[in-house]
Amino acid sequence: MAASAIETAVRTGRLTRALIYAALLVFAVYYLLPLFVMMVNSLKELDEIRGGNMLALPEIVTIAPWIKAWNQAQIGVQPTGLAPYFLNSIKMVVPAVIISTLLGALNGYVLTKWRFRGDTLVFALMLFACFIPFQIVLIPMARVLGFLGIAGTTWGLVLVHVVYGLGFTTLFFRNYYAAFPTELVKAAQIDGANFLRIFYRILLPSSGPIIVVTVIWQFTNVWNDFLFGASFADFDSQPMTVALNNLVSSSTGVKEYNVHFAGAILAAIPTLLVYIVAGRYFVRGLMAGAVKG
Amino acid sequence: MSFLVVSGLEKRFGPVEVLKGIDISVPQGGFLVLVGPSGCGKSTLLNTIAGLETVSAGEILIDGARVNELHPSKRDIAMVFQSYALYPNMNVAKNMSFGMEMRGVPRAERKETVARVANMLQIEDLLDRKPGQLSGGQRQRVAMGRALVRDPKIFLFDEPLSNLDAKLRVEMRTEIQKLHQRLGTTIVYVTHDQIEAMTLATVIAVLKGGVLQQVGSPAEIYNMPNNIFVADFMGSPSMNLVPARLDRADGALVVSLKRADGSTTALPLHRPSDAARAHVGRDVILGLRPENIDDAPEPGATSGYHHPLEAHVEVTQPTGADTLAMIRLGGREAVARLRAETGARAGERRRFTVDMSKAVLFDPETEERL
Amino acid sequence: MDYGRYLRGWAQHALPRLVLAPSFAAIVLFVYGFIVFTAYLSFTNSRILPKFNLIGFENYEKLFGLRHWSTAIENLAIFGGLYIAICTVIGLTLAILLDQKIRSEGVLRPLYLYPMALSFIVTGTAWKWFLDPGIGLEQTLQSWGWASFEFDWIKDRQMAIYTIVIAAVWQTSGFVMAIFLAGLRGIDNEIIKAAQIDGASNFRLYARIIIPQLRPAFLSAFVVLAHMAIKSYDLVVALTGGGPGRATEMPATFMYSYTFTRNQMGIGAGSAVIMLMMIAAIIVPYLYAELRERRHGG
Repeated sequence: MAASAIETAVRTGRLTRALIYAALLVFAVYYLLPLFVMMVNSLKELDEIRGGNMLALPEIVTIAPWIKAWNQAQIGVQPTGLAPYFLNSIKMVVPAVIISTLLGALNGYVLTKWRFRGDTLVFALMLFACFIPFQIVLIPMARVLGFLGIAGTTWGLVLVHVVYGLGFTTLFFRNYYAAFPTELVKAAQIDGANFLRIFYRILLPSSGPIIVVTVIWQFTNVWNDFLFGASFADFDSQPMTVALNNLVSSSTGVKEYNVHFAGAILAAIPTLLVYIVAGRYFVRGLMAGAVKG
Repeated sequence: MSFLVVSGLEKRFGPVEVLKGIDISVPQGGFLVLVGPSGCGKSTLLNTIAGLETVSAGEILIDGARVNELHPSKRDIAMVFQSYALYPNMNVAKNMSFGMEMRGVPRAERKETVARVANMLQIEDLLDRKPGQLSGGQRQRVAMGRALVRDPKIFLFDEPLSNLDAKLRVEMRTEIQKLHQRLGTTIVYVTHDQIEAMTLATVIAVLKGGVLQQVGSPAEIYNMPNNIFVADFMGSPSMNLVPARLDRADGALVVSLKRADGSTTALPLHRPSDAARAHVGRDVILGLRPENIDDAPEPGATSGYHHPLEAHVEVTQPTGADTLAMIRLGGREAVARLRAETGARAGERRRFTVDMSKAVLFDPETEERL
Repeated sequence: MDYGRYLRGWAQHALPRLVLAPSFAAIVLFVYGFIVFTAYLSFTNSRILPKFNLIGFENYEKLFGLRHWSTAIENLAIFGGLYIAICTVIGLTLAILLDQKIRSEGVLRPLYLYPMALSFIVTGTAWKWFLDPGIGLEQTLQSWGWASFEFDWIKDRQMAIYTIVIAAVWQTSGFVMAIFLAGLRGIDNEIIKAAQIDGASNFRLYARIIIPQLRPAFLSAFVVLAHMAIKSYDLVVALTGGGPGRATEMPATFMYSYTFTRNQMGIGAGSAVIMLMMIAAIIVPYLYAELRERRHGG
């Protein structure tokens, strides 16, 4: 969506425009409100939240809830805070993203530039895999992870996320490479480059944008996943989302809303950061996943 | 001895036959142009010669050796693509030397070769640029440069000029011609532009629907087209194809054209072929190039092969160098290429002369030349 | 020597398919193999652990007799219907408003879309306390002087499912906006100019010319939203935990609790199969049309 694309022939009057801006502003408030609520209340004392107004700025600013959420809060049995789970998530996300992106790139390359009989069927099968409800694989997956001896480990989660991310990463690269001139591959063949060399000398150097899109997509999805983490992780491999849910919904003791909000923001920071830094690519990934054309 | 031989070549994509038994051979240093409308199989044929596509049947020989099974990079060919296919991530020098790098040519030698070819094509000052920073004409030059550094046995060109504007296209055409004269390397060149074919080729092969229609020198193709398709495809404006009848009058063969008032004009046929003789009394299609219909009041023009004819002029189109006149001939519209200073006016009846020595006849049913 | 060359040639030829093979094998096993396995289990009386003796359709009969399951299906219908409808309306409205040469579009658009980058668990946590009558919206408005204001849907068995709609719409409607905005930007401006010369008012311009051309965007939005609705799990867990009671049970939470906490694996597997069938009914025709179109186009 480049600036030049912001072009419409529809004309509107001055009053209409004022109303449009007002409406857009109201929506902006609506979308920002929960983040604002989380932010202000994570900086309040618990008493102030209980007695007061959720939308008010803190009377006394405190970062104690953040510290507690990070390394003191009781999650499961230990008062470790979210820090170890944050680390678990990173240990899971990094290899899962790298492996699934790399495989997706190779798959996309083969499916567009080395086409063979039945390749459309192969692609269709991979594509449908993007959309299955994961409930359908939970039971056998638990058994297979046990069989492989990686049940409850971070590597087990990596495997799960790679397998179920492959459909999307392949889709992204396939659509990108479909628009990549096949004549370049032919030229490289005549120049004597083989299958892998053509990939890493010709295609890969031009794949910057789609790599960014794919990495962001996979990062966001894997980081935000809850179902697989809740199903297949042990206490010492649980990702951030599962830990946050445990923190928030533990029924014992006082409900420390400020700590919950701080924890929620901590869980959101990595993906929000990616969104702020590379939002354009994030949206491109979303659109590619939705409008497959 | 033929340098490039294509014999009995067939190519199928599943059930679809794209090339149906192609036989062509080109001598060393020849310039073969494959021409035909889009979808005729000419690019597929070029790709099979390059080795980018496998063949279903038949054989390809380069310099006497069968290359069917050879990888493209082992066939000692170089190819210039329609989109130029310059590697977007490499600068011009890298683009040109990539193939040599793949073959393990030492760095110093690569550099020297690139410099030599860049000098030849006058692209030395572009060597550090990326393809994205080049104009269309410059990209075209670089693409040729990349082919030239290989010093191959055969150059393959796949519609290399079709992405250029008209003026640049003429310039580059001349450039390719000069290069061919200078290097003397065999060239196979694909185009859909019949003017390119006529101007560049030593041998033209016309294809349609995967079938070879005719192979021959530009003059043969132009003057003696094998069938109506070739006659119509080659030449601009294309050959006039006028329905007529082949009759015998006073012992000689004549072509009778119907006129609007029901009478006929008889044009005597010169040196008729045996097939034409056997066709007497039947309908034919008379093929006449526009330049073989003239209105020059040359004295004695009616003698020899030039025969008079009267026709109605519908419109005239001055092109500058000459004037095209749309005239009514045998109930059809026909084009005559007249001198620029012709006095022909739209709407008048005018006297023309037809050069029957250049006329060709076709069988309206088989569409083959008689 | 020759054999080695032959082998190398064969390897080069087969290499592309060899490269693709592990991914494809993984998909075949982990997706399609697992689907078959789960479908098989749904015909067995597996409880804590899988058993392999077939018992016919018993699980499905039990499943559809369960009140929890009918609640889950009802909730899915309510949630899915409202979620899709509201997201579409908000998304389309925002897209049309943003398409009026809004100067600050570059600032506003990311604000509408950022919830999409959050985990449903984060969204659930935020809305859980924001909608909590004890500390959230209700108390805030009361403290501002609107003493009679009540908003305790999240504690109300009848209304709790609507709070899930609220949070889910908040998270996804910006994304739907992006789909429609891309559709709007793809419409030929000359058509719009032609309609204006024909004297169409802005309202008619949208109703008669522009919105009808957004059909592909509507379809995409519907497919994405519908499949997200069927799969919703995280948000329910974080926002209401399926409660109060089991009032906000959805197929996904049902499957999880029956399989892993109630030890009714056969029934759980059956519910997963039903979920898959619902999604396939939406996705398969869509993918089929997309792939076919592309092949014809290219």
